[in-house]
This record gives sequence, structure tokens and C-alpha cells, in this order.
Amino acid sequence: MKAIGQMPRPKSGSTFELLSWFYMRVSGLLMALMITFHLLWMHLIVGLDNINFSVVADRWMYPITGTLWRVFDLLLLIFAVTHGMNGIRFSIEDYVHNRSWQLFLKTAVAILLLFLLFIGSYIVFVFEV
Amino acid sequence: MTVISSTKDFVVRTATYKGGVGHASWILHRLGGIGIAVFLILHIIDIFMIVLGKEMFDFFLFIYHQPIFRPAIWGLMFGIFYHAVNGVRIIIHDFFPSTFRYQREMVLGAWVIIGILVVLTVGMDIFNWITYAGSH
Repeated sequence: MKAIGQMPRPKSGSTFELLSWFYMRVSGLLMALMITFHLLWMHLIVGLDNINFSVVADRWMYPITGTLWRVFDLLLLIFAVTHGMNGIRFSIEDYVHNRSWQLFLKTAVAILLLFLLFIGSYIVFVFEV
Repeated sequence: MTVISSTKDFVVRTATYKGGVGHASWILHRLGGIGIAVFLILHIIDIFMIVLGKEMFDFFLFIYHQPIFRPAIWGLMFGIFYHAVNGVRIIIHDFFPSTFRYQREMVLGAWVIIGILVVLTVGMDIFNWITYAGSH
């Protein structure tokens, strides 16, 4: 394994890492509020034992509130998946120094990101009771 | 510059590094983040199960209703609220660097907010659990 001090410096000339750093803060701040709302709603208003098909279906069913819930859920999905998978990428870069393994794991995370966004947004857009 | 030469060296250095409250926060933030990401994958898949219809969706919920999932969900509540509140603290430090002088105080404040949110959600879960179990 290569020692950390011998790792190549990140390629300069790309703003990707800067944007990634900034995006983690913007999405993180928004999610801190959205997920606090989500958890207080599910645990205090709905109650864990009451969660079932009807709870999810009813929320998405009504004309205006249904659309608002779907927009909220879609935004939360996009923020959570991109923020979470980018965080996993940070962890891979921190702990996996073998180039081949790193490429393999980061590719797997990228595929997982697309897969989760696909099945998650499919439900938000397509679901009908 | 410190060169970390092996996994064992990494573990020893992580455990003994005198980084104080910022270092401990960083470790919890990383561990919590990874845990939340794992649950997120599970959560998106369980919501996707709704395509199978009411009967199948409600049937699969029995997994979450297993007793072993109760403490797991409470751990998750702590992990999520920790990551959220500590994350906001990091953002404040990043964009207002002068606040680093108050890092210790802000960590303490973060723990108070995390504590309130965890007690609210987990407390309500336990209350509902006891009353729900009593009604059967």
C-alpha cells in the first residue's frame, strides 16, 4: 500500500473538487432541515407503528398536497443519494490507496448512485394508487 | 509530514491522536455518514417495494417491525441527528472561520440540540411502542 505522503496530488485545473466541497455544504444544510422535518413528521405525527402502504399512498394521492409531497420527496432523494454517495467516494479515496481497487469501488458507487436515483424517482413520478 | 505506513499504524494513530473534540467529532461524522448511506440504500429499496402493491408492501414491513430493529432505529436517529447538527456546525466554521475560537462551546451546543431531537423521536417511539403493545 502506498503511504499517504506519497499519494499524487489531486489534478489541478479542475473545479470538480471545489464544487463537490461546496455542494456537500449546500445539500447538507438543506437536508439538515428537510430530514429533521421528515423524522419529526414520521416519529411524532405519524408514529413508527402506523407506517404502512396507506400512509405513503395517501400522502401522494391528493391533487395539490400530493404534488408538494412528491416534490419534497424527490428533492430529498436527489440530495440524499448524491450527498451520501459523494461521502462514500471521499471515504474510498481516504482508505483505499490501490489504484485498481479505488477505480473499481468508485465505479460501483457511481452505478449505485444512478440505480438509486432511477428506482427512487421512478416511484415518485409513476406511483398511482 | 506524517506518513502512515500500514492499516495497524492507521488504527493506532487514529485512536491515540490528540486532536481533541474536533477529532472525535470527525470520527463520529464519518462513521455516522457511512451508516446513514447504508440505511439510505435500504430505505430507497423498501419504498420501491410499493410497486408490488399494498399486500406485498405491508408484508415486507414486518422486517422493520422485528424487535431487533427498534434499537437499530434509535441508533439511526442518533446517527442522523448527529450528522445533521454537527454538519451545520462545520458549515458555520467553514464560512465564518472566526467561530473556530468557540469550537468547544459550539460542539457542546450541538450535543444539546442533538439530545433534544433524539429524546423527542426516540421518546415518542418508546411511548407508542408501550401503548401500542398494551392495546393487544
